[in-house]
Amino acid sequence: MVGDPMTSRDRILARVRSALSDVPRGEGPEDFTVPREYERTRTGPDVVELLVDRLVDYKALVHQVDDIGNAVDEALARRGARRLAIPAGVPSSWLGESEVIRDEPPLPNVELSGFDGVLTGCAVAIAETGTIILDAGPEQGRRALTLVPDYHLCVVRRDQIVRTVPEALERLDPTRPLTWISGPSATSDIELNRVEGVHGPRTLEVLITP
Amino acid sequence: MNAFVGMPSFPKASSKSVSDAQLRHNLRKATHTIRAKRALVVDEQPDWAALRSAGAAIKDRTLRHLDVYLERLEEAVTAAGGTVHWAADAAEANRIVTGLVKATGETEVVKVKSMATQEIDLNSALEAEGITAYETDLAELIVQLGDDWPSHILVPAIHRNRAEIREIFLSKMAAWGRPAPADLKDDPRALADAARLHLRERFLSARVGISGANFAVAETGTLVVLESEGNGRMCLTLPETLISVVGIEKIVPTWQDLEVFMQLLPRSSTGERMNPYTSMWTGATEGQTFHLVLLDNGRTSVLADEVGRQALRCIRCSACLNVCPVYERAGGHAYGSVYPGPIGAILTPQLKGMAGPLEESLPYASTLCGACYDVCPVAINIPEVLLDLRSKVVTRGHHGQRLAMGAARRVLDSPRWLAVAQNSAGRLRHWTPRRLPGPLSAWSDTRDVPRPPKESFRQWWATR
Repeated sequence: MVGDPMTSRDRILARVRSALSDVPRGEGPEDFTVPREYERTRTGPDVVELLVDRLVDYKALVHQVDDIGNAVDEALARRGARRLAIPAGVPSSWLGESEVIRDEPPLPNVELSGFDGVLTGCAVAIAETGTIILDAGPEQGRRALTLVPDYHLCVVRRDQIVRTVPEALERLDPTRPLTWISGPSATSDIELNRVEGVHGPRTLEVLITP
Repeated sequence: MNAFVGMPSFPKASSKSVSDAQLRHNLRKATHTIRAKRALVVDEQPDWAALRSAGAAIKDRTLRHLDVYLERLEEAVTAAGGTVHWAADAAEANRIVTGLVKATGETEVVKVKSMATQEIDLNSALEAEGITAYETDLAELIVQLGDDWPSHILVPAIHRNRAEIREIFLSKMAAWGRPAPADLKDDPRALADAARLHLRERFLSARVGISGANFAVAETGTLVVLESEGNGRMCLTLPETLISVVGIEKIVPTWQDLEVFMQLLPRSSTGERMNPYTSMWTGATEGQTFHLVLLDNGRTSVLADEVGRQALRCIRCSACLNVCPVYERAGGHAYGSVYPGPIGAILTPQLKGMAGPLEESLPYASTLCGACYDVCPVAINIPEVLLDLRSKVVTRGHHGQRLAMGAARRVLDSPRWLAVAQNSAGRLRHWTPRRLPGPLSAWSDTRDVPRPPKESFRQWWATR
């Protein structure tokens, strides 16, 4: 743009400022009040009970278990899954007899398609909405890992469960890549009929541990 | 919004859809189903009114200080390893994105459903440069394969039924990649499976992904995409380069503010407590190259209008479409823009200006019943903006309206003329036309003109 030293950045910011000529000069962003009378937390049914109810509503499979290793073996046997991908940091105590391959060094994405499933932990779970949040921590791995295989087996510890959305955000680190999962992938695009599993894992199975 | 260039005015376009019984049936079923689901999950949230006030105020805070937040967002994204670009209009945004794709050497991109890229008609711009854009949302795929227009913000292919979708998949999928199975049934499960297979290889081989964003957090530089199918996660995660085209009004100031919108949006939109998948990323993530294109394209003009500014609070949930009696009958295409329904009726004329008959007619595409305002999770007073826009159309001189209002004023100003008019209307009642001529025909195209009463109230009163 010869003879026009103004960049689009300058131009847009100038337009924004002139559009806002009605806003008093002295007003800072924080001077404009946001009422926050909504509830950041609530009381109600036990969070584990509530989470189970919401997960089942989304057609996820849910079990409350004591021995993770046993529960993993049982879940895989039920599903007929033999080859499992796992993030680098999944503790060995979670693994029973099943054949697992650690994502270390990272497996090529195309190869992830060939696995029967993936086993991970989580960062936070929200009881009221049935949401499990992954933050790419050592027990959860990179985002592709829980995306490409058709089956996601997820371990949720009781102390990772919060009741409300605000409580969850408080615990999360925004600089980490975050994936919020509320039930298996679903679409309602064809005459509004809900169909589970279009592109993500078609089955989500959750093991809740003490 | 180039895809809709040359659209007729709203009354013309909608007269076609109101006479399409199948379309009206589909729309009615869809809007009523989503409406009922939404009402249930909103009732479940005891603090809904407070969340709504907070949501509206957070967006107002953002808009009143948008310059500050834009600079803050740019700084945070850059600090996290992303690159920020500024696009004053659609042409510039398309130029930037096309240039970025070309720089990767790729000729194919996968796309997450995004209103912003539809608004600027990015796919056509890419195509002109030899780049194929693949839509990956199931509904967008149906629209793309069917060489069609989206008709709803949330469920763009709502005007299509399963038989039509099967036909589109069978006849068009092969030209775009993996063909549909020859024995494809028309049940939703089979159709979804065909889409899964069709797109799977594409996801795994794509090296460039293009998305929009539902929210951009100024404080942290975090971008947020809410979706259901997992195609969004695929496009956001697997490609080496990610380009996000985001309207400048999509900003929320702080990380904490997301606690409000992550409650308001899913419940208002699909009527779920939470949508199946949400991805959040800050700058360059997991080795990916990240570009953010900040889009103006008329938004600063909307910002300059003190009444109309509130339209920029919109979080594209589509709740207003699902309760609107006019949308339910007219369908999304009649609005001639990627933004249909009540929000489209106020957003399109503001973004594009009163550029033609379509934009002039949109402020009238409403009964002003107020249902859209009641369900809006960020309390946009759509009727208020509609009335303000109508006054602008009138001031500028909308031809038909000026004619009618001028005649009405002369008659109503004089009791004598009014009596004469009422009297003759009563006597000529059998000759009342069923349809009105000229510019007034828009009103009578979809209803019968009522017959005037035999005598006026004054005449009746006089004989009592």
